[in-house]
Amino acid sequence: MAAIEFVNVTQAFEKNVIIKDLNLKIEDGKFTVLVGPSGCGKTTLLRMIAGLDRQTAGSVLIGGEDVTDIAPGQRGVAMVFQNYALYPTMTVRENIEFGLKNNKVSKEERNRLVESISETVGLSPYLNRKPSALSGGQRQRVALARAMVKKPSVFLMDEPLSNLDAKLRAQMRIELIELHKKLGTTFVYVTHDQVEAMSMADTIVLMNQGRIQQEAAPEDIYRQPNNLFAAQFIGVPPMNVGDLGMDGVKFGFRPEGAVLTAERTDSHFGVRGRIVTREMLGSETIYQVKTKQHAFMIKCTEDQFTVDQEVFLGVDASKIFFFRQDEHRIAQDDVRHAAYMAALRGQQHE
Amino acid sequence: MNNTRVWQKLRPYALVLPAMIGILLFVVYPILYLVKLSMFKYNLLNKDKSKFIGADNYTEIFSRGDFYNALLTTVLYTVGVVVITMALSLFIALWLNQNTRFNALVQAGIFTPHIISIVSIALVWMWLMEPNYGLLNFALKAVGLPALPWLQSSSTSLLSIIIVSVWQNVGYYSLLIVAALKNIPQTIYEAAALDNASKFKVFYKITLPMISPQLFFILVIMTIGSFKVFDTVKIMTGGGPNGSTTTLVYYIYEFRTTSIGYASATGVVLMAIITVLTFIYFRLLSNKVHYQ
Repeated sequence: MAAIEFVNVTQAFEKNVIIKDLNLKIEDGKFTVLVGPSGCGKTTLLRMIAGLDRQTAGSVLIGGEDVTDIAPGQRGVAMVFQNYALYPTMTVRENIEFGLKNNKVSKEERNRLVESISETVGLSPYLNRKPSALSGGQRQRVALARAMVKKPSVFLMDEPLSNLDAKLRAQMRIELIELHKKLGTTFVYVTHDQVEAMSMADTIVLMNQGRIQQEAAPEDIYRQPNNLFAAQFIGVPPMNVGDLGMDGVKFGFRPEGAVLTAERTDSHFGVRGRIVTREMLGSETIYQVKTKQHAFMIKCTEDQFTVDQEVFLGVDASKIFFFRQDEHRIAQDDVRHAAYMAALRGQQHE
Repeated sequence: MNNTRVWQKLRPYALVLPAMIGILLFVVYPILYLVKLSMFKYNLLNKDKSKFIGADNYTEIFSRGDFYNALLTTVLYTVGVVVITMALSLFIALWLNQNTRFNALVQAGIFTPHIISIVSIALVWMWLMEPNYGLLNFALKAVGLPALPWLQSSSTSLLSIIIVSVWQNVGYYSLLIVAALKNIPQTIYEAAALDNASKFKVFYKITLPMISPQLFFILVIMTIGSFKVFDTVKIMTGGGPNGSTTTLVYYIYEFRTTSIGYASATGVVLMAIITVLTFIYFRLLSNKVHYQ
């Protein structure tokens, strides 16, 4: 059990500054997901927790203790790598017990642990195989078992599901959530996939260009994005954004926040448009609607329209967000909010 | 219709034919001819006076002391060269694997002996090993050690030749091992660091098994090469002093004019020894080698 804390951490590789003066607290026992586009510094953070890269400045604390000078193997952390990093020359059993052997765990204890862990992750029949004789999903489980068997206080995962096919990935997401519930340890999970972040996280840490954009629970980050980046990174399809034409302010609404109708209705924001594309996904349908100025993605639960059809798009006032010129969201109690709402209403049915 | 089917059947054979002709002409035929020669008392001046003597040449080989002497010398030479070269090149490769600018320079430098002709190398080393004026003895004396007779005494001549061969080979094999080391994914080492593995354990349990295919290859290639050593011996010692550096191939060479049949028979024996040795290597070590 351990909380993790970054205090004024800067990380630079030669002259390339990845992270500058970052402060972050990762709560004990929580499933925290670091998410962001590639190159945003999320893996860099993870590697600093593991001790694989040393920070240029600042300190990293695990369980309140500065671990800067502690070797990776003594930090009480375990990591699942993106490519799993299994030892190709060892069998599954040897892979799992390698860390135990190094920590001088007795043979009986080792056997007991390996048996029970491999039972948990369903690897028992494969203990004497080499990793090269396993499927991608099985290798993933070996990597997981290797991390679990050490009973770490912190679990680090670097995009562990990205090499699996979509079906297996969905299944593993559920298993990881259950695993976290069972172990109750701190999980730090890195991904670029916002679906993984939304589905598994207790807390999402959204990063871009080495900075934390927002740190919140999935529902908060979805409903109250801090800024335009958060609004457009989280959610599929991303939030629709358009220019308000006033102070450089942008307005936005979620794809499911709009209603498509064949007849004109009275909503706060309403425009006429034409359906350009239609993606029928089963339980929902996603339309791309082109208006005079914009193209909006609209998610409907019913599949009523066809391509090239003229439709009316309406959004309720409660579903509308505004973003300042510096991309920060304008809160509902901001003095300008009402004015921007009125301005948007003025653009009716362009 | 029928024609195309015939061609379909013939095509693979037609395609390998050019290579096959080469192998038959330059590999299979010489070997068979060697075996044939080994059963004759061959007359170089008049071929028709050559006499078939069956296995007599072979009986002679195994009853002659100088053959066993040459065999022992070859084995000692091979063990010396293989063990020292492998240990040294592994050590150097591990060191070169740390990427520094200095190492890039060393890597280029250490490879240079391999592109120089063995004749030049041998001559330079003969000069270095000269007992009275040579640099090596000068260096030995400078640090207060007794001078060695190097090539001029039967007790040190084989060692001298081993040193030269190691010096020539070590750069090339280091480079092979460096290439193998660079192929090991960095994440495996990171996983080992997180698994709290000591440096020795990382080397013994991860690095060594990961480069075992290359090490095995080097072992086999170098053993075969060392068993066939000739040029260094020919230039530096001529097999002496007192036969102390007469290796098998040089032994064969010594009979090139006096008894072709006997030389051929020894050649066949050498071939058999190398074959058996390689076979033993594969049987003993192949399950210790981790192919990916």
